[in-house]
Amino acid sequence: MNPSQLVRRQVVRSMTASSTLCENNSPQDTPLSVYDLTVAYHRKPVIWDIGIEIPRGQLVGVVGPNGAGKSTLLKAVMGLIPVASGRVQVFGETYRRNQHRVGYVPQRESVDWDFPVNALDVVTMGLYRRVGWCFPVRRKHREIAMDALRRVGIGDLAHQQISQLSGGQQQRTFLARALVQDADLYLMDEPFAAVDAATETAIVELLREMKKAGKTAVVIHHDLQTVSQYFDYVILLNMRVIAAGPTADVFTEENLRKTYGGRLTLLEEATEAM
Amino acid sequence: MTQSRRCQTAVVLVLGCVLGSMPLMGQEHDALGDRQHSITDRRVEWPTWSQWKRVFLLQDYNTRVVVFGTTLLGMAGGLVGSFALLRKRALMGDALSHATLPGIGLAFIFATYCGMDGKSLPVLLSGAAVSGVLGVAVILGIRNMTRLKEDAALGIVLSVFFGIGVGILGVVQQMKTGHAAGLEGFVYGKTASMRSYDAWLIGGTGFVCMLISVAFFKELKLICFDETFAGSRGYPVLMLDMLLMALVVVVTIIGLQAVGLILMIALLVIPAAAARFWTENMQRLAVYSSVLGAICCLVGSSFSAIFPRLPSGAMIVLTSAVFFMISMILGSRRGVLVRVLRRRQLNRAIDREHLLRGIYELLEIQRDPSGTDNYQIPVSHSNLLAMRSWSSSQLGWRIRQAEREGLVQEIGGRELRLTPKGFREAARLVHQHRLWEMYLLEYAEIAPSKVDRQADAIEHVLDSDVIAELETLLLQRQNVEGVPVSPHRIGVASESGSSATSREVEM
Repeated sequence: MNPSQLVRRQVVRSMTASSTLCENNSPQDTPLSVYDLTVAYHRKPVIWDIGIEIPRGQLVGVVGPNGAGKSTLLKAVMGLIPVASGRVQVFGETYRRNQHRVGYVPQRESVDWDFPVNALDVVTMGLYRRVGWCFPVRRKHREIAMDALRRVGIGDLAHQQISQLSGGQQQRTFLARALVQDADLYLMDEPFAAVDAATETAIVELLREMKKAGKTAVVIHHDLQTVSQYFDYVILLNMRVIAAGPTADVFTEENLRKTYGGRLTLLEEATEAM
Repeated sequence: MTQSRRCQTAVVLVLGCVLGSMPLMGQEHDALGDRQHSITDRRVEWPTWSQWKRVFLLQDYNTRVVVFGTTLLGMAGGLVGSFALLRKRALMGDALSHATLPGIGLAFIFATYCGMDGKSLPVLLSGAAVSGVLGVAVILGIRNMTRLKEDAALGIVLSVFFGIGVGILGVVQQMKTGHAAGLEGFVYGKTASMRSYDAWLIGGTGFVCMLISVAFFKELKLICFDETFAGSRGYPVLMLDMLLMALVVVVTIIGLQAVGLILMIALLVIPAAAARFWTENMQRLAVYSSVLGAICCLVGSSFSAIFPRLPSGAMIVLTSAVFFMISMILGSRRGVLVRVLRRRQLNRAIDREHLLRGIYELLEIQRDPSGTDNYQIPVSHSNLLAMRSWSSSQLGWRIRQAEREGLVQEIGGRELRLTPKGFREAARLVHQHRLWEMYLLEYAEIAPSKVDRQADAIEHVLDSDVIAELETLLLQRQNVEGVPVSPHRIGVASESGSSATSREVEM
């Protein structure tokens, strides 16, 4: 571990507002910084004093048990749920100001796939802001959407009603919808959940392509076995940040034990993987 | 799937309301008093020819305006309803419309005491809007502040507000001042007594609602489909939700007089639910739904003009119920008939394919090592039964089916053989089946949605270069992995019939 990484870990752990002094990174360069973020539902905290700084151009995995507040963290970052306290900065500004630089891939189960739209329609939704309020979608937008569908490998399914797509294809449709935005930071909620092997490979390819283009992706992930394979940087979350940093340093058995508590079966799997 | 089931439930509820309101009309007799044009007066006189003509040729200015106004209302109802249905807010409209009744009564009392015309539509509708919105607020309040679920809150608010409303109407009947007759028209709907000014108001407001829905079509569609994503894109989801709710409120309020508050939900749900059977496209759904809503209101209000004593709400609902039934059965996308036919067709094609492939594969196994043509070797029933999970009667049925098509010949009741035509078909099916299998292996990520066993030929679905690639792979696999080689060159399927029949078989 080099000294700068040590510093960063210290900063993450101390979680104070002064942690902006992330070495050689100006705030505008940090895709996502979260300070003291607490979210509560019905007085019960879901996430607690979260402090994270995500470095640019990294694939970041967010790992933790069910109910650890992973989705809540992403939603709170985007201001979709009320936060009890804390502050979020996206490229040094508020989320609202920089929302065009953030692409979001929600959980696949969060929508009704029986909705009367086709894959192309769903992808064009990613361009609605660019199209503008009350303006109709024009051909150039449909072409951008079509390109994104081809990029995720389902260009020939553009006109399929979305309920006829398989789980993997639906996930790819969501990815394509985030891709059309050409964002700099992508937030993905379990993109690998219940997808076929081919889709998983395709998504990983895509993530690596993004990284090459200097983009950052924060991905909620549930499969401990593939964490070290897919991600450069890991955040272990269980209401609080247990550890955050480069995968090689942070993704240790000790940290996993702290994150998952007594759920040993999962741990054994992960240890095997390491 | 779940959505269409939800639609059906909603429609059943609405129809239940229609039937349920029939006896209620009788009980209303005491509460609302006896009047000349009372809703309970159900002596229906058959209209004369000239009355029919007057209504259908829209000769009367008043009829013309009323029919036009309610048609616009129907369009707005269908359009707004399609959003409400997809956002799963349709029943909110029902609670809302029931919650308007106290407001109507109170507005009447208030206006009468202030010396205004108590039956002025704008006054009554303002009262309706206030108490309707209050009802929705109470629902949201109950939902947010207690642990009760939304359906319980809906049920409570709907019945309590409606009960208060019935009580207030009872009070109104006792009032010495003002002439309350006609207020019960808001319960069941009455277009016959509508004045042209009211019709203009209703039609105009409906038109404005339509304009707003069309202007924000894209945004409303987005929050109906995926509000989290909409929020992440910086859309004010709450405001858009309020806009949709406001549209539902306005359409419900202006529909009160034509459709009545009990049945108003029908105008929001039925056209949209019926349209859903015809299309998988949101734009088309909205168009079909508005057209259906317009037709229902047009027919309903015309009938109401001919039979002034029939409640127009029931007419509108029954018309839309007819359209719903037709759509549910005949709908080109999700209709029951289409589904049944599709399934039967598929089953039959699969059975036929299984039979022919079974025979063909048995022939492949029994194949003479010398490689001579042997398609006429008889295949026994028992061998076929061993290959497929059919009972012998099922097999017999399938054989007779194939015999009728001239594909197989029965020999002595326990054996059968392929006809030349049957052999060509079997070879083609086996070949196609293996190409599809290869495709599933090679293009695993996109294949499942592309495999179309009903398609006549793989060429209709896949590109020719993909097929060429699969053919090569198939040949390679056959050589390498010892997949039974077909007795003939696989291409036999595309050859002309005469060459296949000319192959004589020694047996």
